[in-house]
Amino acid sequence: MSVVADGSRALAPMPDDAARSQIRRRSRIRLYELVIWFLAVAAIIVLPSKMLILTEIAILALFAVSLDLVLGFAGIVSLGHTAFFGLGAYVAGLFARHYFAEPVAGLILAGAASGLLGFATSFLVLRGSDLTRLMTTLGIALMLGELANQMGWLTGGADGLSGFSLDPILGLFEFDLWGRNGYIYCLAVLFTSTMIARRIAYSPFGLSLKAIKTNPMRAAMVGVPARRRIIIVYTVAAVMAGFSGALLTQTTSFVSPDVLAFHRSADVLLVLVIGGTGYLYGGILGAIGFTLLRDWLSVVTPQYWMFWIGLLLIILVLVGRDRLAGWMQYLPGRLAQSRSSRS
Amino acid sequence: MLTILFDGIAYGMLLFILACGLTITLGLMNFINLAHGAFAMTGGYVTVVMMNRYGLSFYWCLPAAFFVSAALGAILERTLYRRLYQASHLDQVLFSVGLVFMAVAAADYVMGGQQQLIQLPPELSGRTEIIGIGIGRYRLFTIVVCAFLAMGLQLILSKTRFGSRLRAAVDDRRVAMGLGINVPVVFALTFAFGSGLAGLGGAMGAEILGLDPNFPLKFMIYFLIVVAVGGTSTVSGPFLAAILLGIADVAGKYYVPAIGPFVIYGLMILMLIVRPNGLFARGGAR
Repeated sequence: MSVVADGSRALAPMPDDAARSQIRRRSRIRLYELVIWFLAVAAIIVLPSKMLILTEIAILALFAVSLDLVLGFAGIVSLGHTAFFGLGAYVAGLFARHYFAEPVAGLILAGAASGLLGFATSFLVLRGSDLTRLMTTLGIALMLGELANQMGWLTGGADGLSGFSLDPILGLFEFDLWGRNGYIYCLAVLFTSTMIARRIAYSPFGLSLKAIKTNPMRAAMVGVPARRRIIIVYTVAAVMAGFSGALLTQTTSFVSPDVLAFHRSADVLLVLVIGGTGYLYGGILGAIGFTLLRDWLSVVTPQYWMFWIGLLLIILVLVGRDRLAGWMQYLPGRLAQSRSSRS
Repeated sequence: MLTILFDGIAYGMLLFILACGLTITLGLMNFINLAHGAFAMTGGYVTVVMMNRYGLSFYWCLPAAFFVSAALGAILERTLYRRLYQASHLDQVLFSVGLVFMAVAAADYVMGGQQQLIQLPPELSGRTEIIGIGIGRYRLFTIVVCAFLAMGLQLILSKTRFGSRLRAAVDDRRVAMGLGINVPVVFALTFAFGSGLAGLGGAMGAEILGLDPNFPLKFMIYFLIVVAVGGTSTVSGPFLAAILLGIADVAGKYYVPAIGPFVIYGLMILMLIVRPNGLFARGGAR
């Protein structure tokens, strides 16, 4: 049984079954999750002309979900999460160009590469204060961006990597002109990854992460091995970010150094803040909101949409992120209950 | 070789002036302010507008840049920053990133996206040979001004009543308030002063660092490095850190242009691993 349950038993006698059923209750599939996935699938038939933007949303959502694991669950403020996204994008692109153009293989390889980077750099985020973490994560992303820029012979430099096309997915489904199969492919990866993230988040392991986030000292005293848990979750999140980067490459057949730019890290933070942190679906809802907003803004003010995004960030912070996420309270019965029992 | 050293020192001095305001907000007030570069950019643009549009002398532009940025800093501190002193670091990061985005887009809108150029007064441009070393006169001017500013700062912080109030407010806010020190006002003044210095740095750096709307993003990491490496308890720590960073950056770009930026980032990450609290951090207390 979990460390958390052990700890709480030590304080107040609590039967093992109670802890187990509590975890089971928390991890039950909720109505709104079914609705979200149903709508995502229904969109294939209902909105055939919007496949490209839906693909974009799915990719961004996966990226945000991976950041949520780091930020919402482990409480690490990262300004360089795009390092993993960008690495995944480049690995997938190079793999398709030089070796083998089957997407799923490239996806797995990209995830593995990003995971490796995540594992290696996770030791850096263990140390120091928030500021130190911010700077190390930012520094790593900047270094990779510089690397992609300088190694023109490999990455195409500032012009980006292009001139490759991808084989059909698993040899069966070709990327079509309308992006329908591309969307289905991204949705499948998003679904699988979210389910894995969900399994992690609602397991005793996920609970212990929340304990570390809320009060590291107390968590350590109950016996949670904070270092190891953070390393694991950081690596898993890096793998998922690598997946999302690979998806971007595979659906657009193009990689530019932009995938490693600072504004991507900031954007994904904003996505997560719009949707709310710490319950995974925030990433998905936020991605929908953010993409639609950016699309609309870039039509209204093509050059200066950044201004309004910045204004939105400031307003969000000043109004208070918690109050924004409070909309959940207005959902019917069981949902609201689950929400209140969570906090 | 000596010329590189000299350029590096000038560059480092400039970084110090730009970043020392951040030392206070970030280090002492514990506010992660990523928007510090926006104040520097304001100073730079004030100079550009005054010189190129109204034809004022460069020497008048420097104090003007200081005061405009300081006023902007004071206004923003009173209206926005103040509310977030107690907020979580994530909120502070989001807020200041939002501010940077707005500043970048606003500068683009008002001034256009191109590099801004300023025409230095004739006595400051060109080079002079001193004992066989080619020295840019403007670099020399920068070093002299920044050195005086650094010394002045050190004196203000250690010798004046305001300095001791600030140090008291930082060390223990509650006790300082109990002693009758008006802590919010001290912080507001300090914030405004730091923003003003950044503006001054931006004005002086328009020639050396360049000035375009992406300035706050481009130099954000440099400011952070100065603060993180220098620690926050003294003026001399960030000062040394800024000089080291300046020399390393100039030398790195000159000798190994292909991997220049890695030198800086790599050194920073290494340093943060070895000394997470800064190279010259005071032990214990903070």
